[in-house]
Amino acid sequence: MTSFLNALPGAVSQGLIWGIMAIGVYITFKVLSVSDLTVDGSFCTGGAMCAVLVTSGYPLWMAMLLALAAGLAAGLVTGLFHTKCGIPAILSGILTQLGLWSVNLAIMDMKANVSINVNNYDLLVSLRYLQEVQKGTRPIWQHPIFVVLLVTLAVIAVLYWFFGTELGASIRATGANENMARAQGINTNFNKVLGLAVSNGLVALSGAILCQYNGFAEINMGRGAIVIGLAAIIIGEVAFGKLFRNFGLKLLAVSFGSIIYYVVIQLVISEFKMNTNYMKLISALIVALFLAIPYWQEQYFHKKGKVKNRA
Amino acid sequence: MLKLENVWKTFNPGTINEKVALQCLNLTMEEGEFVTVIGGNGAGKSTMLNAVAGVFGVDSGKILIDGVDVTNLPEYKRAKYIGRVFQDPMMGTAATMQIEENLALAARRGKSRTLRGGITRVEREEYVEQLKILGLGLENRMTAKVGLLSGGQRQALTLLMATLQRPKLLLLDEHTAALDPKTAAKVLDATQRIVEKDHLTTLMITHNMRDAIAYGNRLIMMYDGHVVVDVSGEEKKKLTVEHLLSLFSQASGSDEVDDKMVLS
Repeated sequence: MTSFLNALPGAVSQGLIWGIMAIGVYITFKVLSVSDLTVDGSFCTGGAMCAVLVTSGYPLWMAMLLALAAGLAAGLVTGLFHTKCGIPAILSGILTQLGLWSVNLAIMDMKANVSINVNNYDLLVSLRYLQEVQKGTRPIWQHPIFVVLLVTLAVIAVLYWFFGTELGASIRATGANENMARAQGINTNFNKVLGLAVSNGLVALSGAILCQYNGFAEINMGRGAIVIGLAAIIIGEVAFGKLFRNFGLKLLAVSFGSIIYYVVIQLVISEFKMNTNYMKLISALIVALFLAIPYWQEQYFHKKGKVKNRA
Repeated sequence: MLKLENVWKTFNPGTINEKVALQCLNLTMEEGEFVTVIGGNGAGKSTMLNAVAGVFGVDSGKILIDGVDVTNLPEYKRAKYIGRVFQDPMMGTAATMQIEENLALAARRGKSRTLRGGITRVEREEYVEQLKILGLGLENRMTAKVGLLSGGQRQALTLLMATLQRPKLLLLDEHTAALDPKTAAKVLDATQRIVEKDHLTTLMITHNMRDAIAYGNRLIMMYDGHVVVDVSGEEKKKLTVEHLLSLFSQASGSDEVDDKMVLS
């Protein structure tokens, strides 16, 4: 149990970082009702941009901002594939994701990974900082949990404001009922592109933070990100759905869901000594199960309910 | 106010399912006219409404609203001029959004959507007053999700949304057909009141001949993708269902009358 407890702060930090990515997925999957697979590529784009820019001497804030912009651009491409070329959303995402693999390598100068030496740069978060805070050689407010939590709250605050504006509300309407949205004069195609861009911008921002935390960016860092995002959304909904009704709180639930996901994974790794290579299989099965539950409820329990009512 | 000039529309051209839905359709509506539209299944009633709304483009011909050629405008841009209520109660509202949010979206039809707040306090008070007109008690449930409402309530809300910002043209596509008779009567009654209050130019499709006669000041009957009967003014007030049926068989050159038209 001690190994698990020792690893807990790291797991929570990772969960929070991936939680920002999951909030991005929430925007497409829940708000826009689109399954966007760009995520697996744009997450790495964010990490690669940040690592390359920081190591070439750009200030950190600019590196992170440009990482976010690169994510916006990735989402824009998927959005244009979908709305201007008539390609189904899911396929548009797959195409962008595939193309991004080359783009990401190009960003990293055709290397599969770029490392950032923590000693040479001032980073926002790092695994090293976490260890140093625990040793007492670094002030507590530089703890990754604290820093990423602040970033998460800032992201949620901005999104809460944005989706309450005229434009943001029209994006929600686009996801809720496209026919109604168009009848009310909403440019649904523009809104889909905008939503996809914002979503992937957040995903890339999350990738930029993770590369700092790990001290490197690598070409496979985003593989399976969409599944982690969905898992976080579902766990958040199951655990806090009844409690958190407000839009801002729902986004917070996604972040909490991501933390729970990483804590559970850490528990499985530390306590059951499982080979971590099986994690992707288990994640996929868990997400499949949770996505199936609403369908099963509809199929089997709905009918039961009716019979009950008659009796 | 509305002008359709030689409009043609063929669905699935060149396939086994080819269907000529609109054939050289011509129709001119004056400001303030309330036109009811009847006709059998496949006569082109809904196709006409959707062509006006811009759900799809037409093959040839012109569509003008208040003198503006909208033939090539996308649906969301035409919405500036048009308020719509659909047959399916699920189609006109966003189920996962609140009643007041739906109204706020409708209040911004045809305006650019900015980064200002999606709904203001002044608006909220206004919506409460507007909802009272419907007499369904929705003014006390402003923050309830629309998905919780019944079909009739949703249609009434859609009607209010369509007219919240005075449209140049109100399109009603059998908007009471999916409701039970009692609710349908209520929604029709609300329609009548709103159209009269704001003097709206209205095009209403109905399957019910009695409603077609009772409401509006002009009645058109469609057959085979164009208008075959056009009655207005005093002549319309004197119409009976029997008379309408004989007009129909004269115009279409046959005795076959759509089942639904006889039943209603």
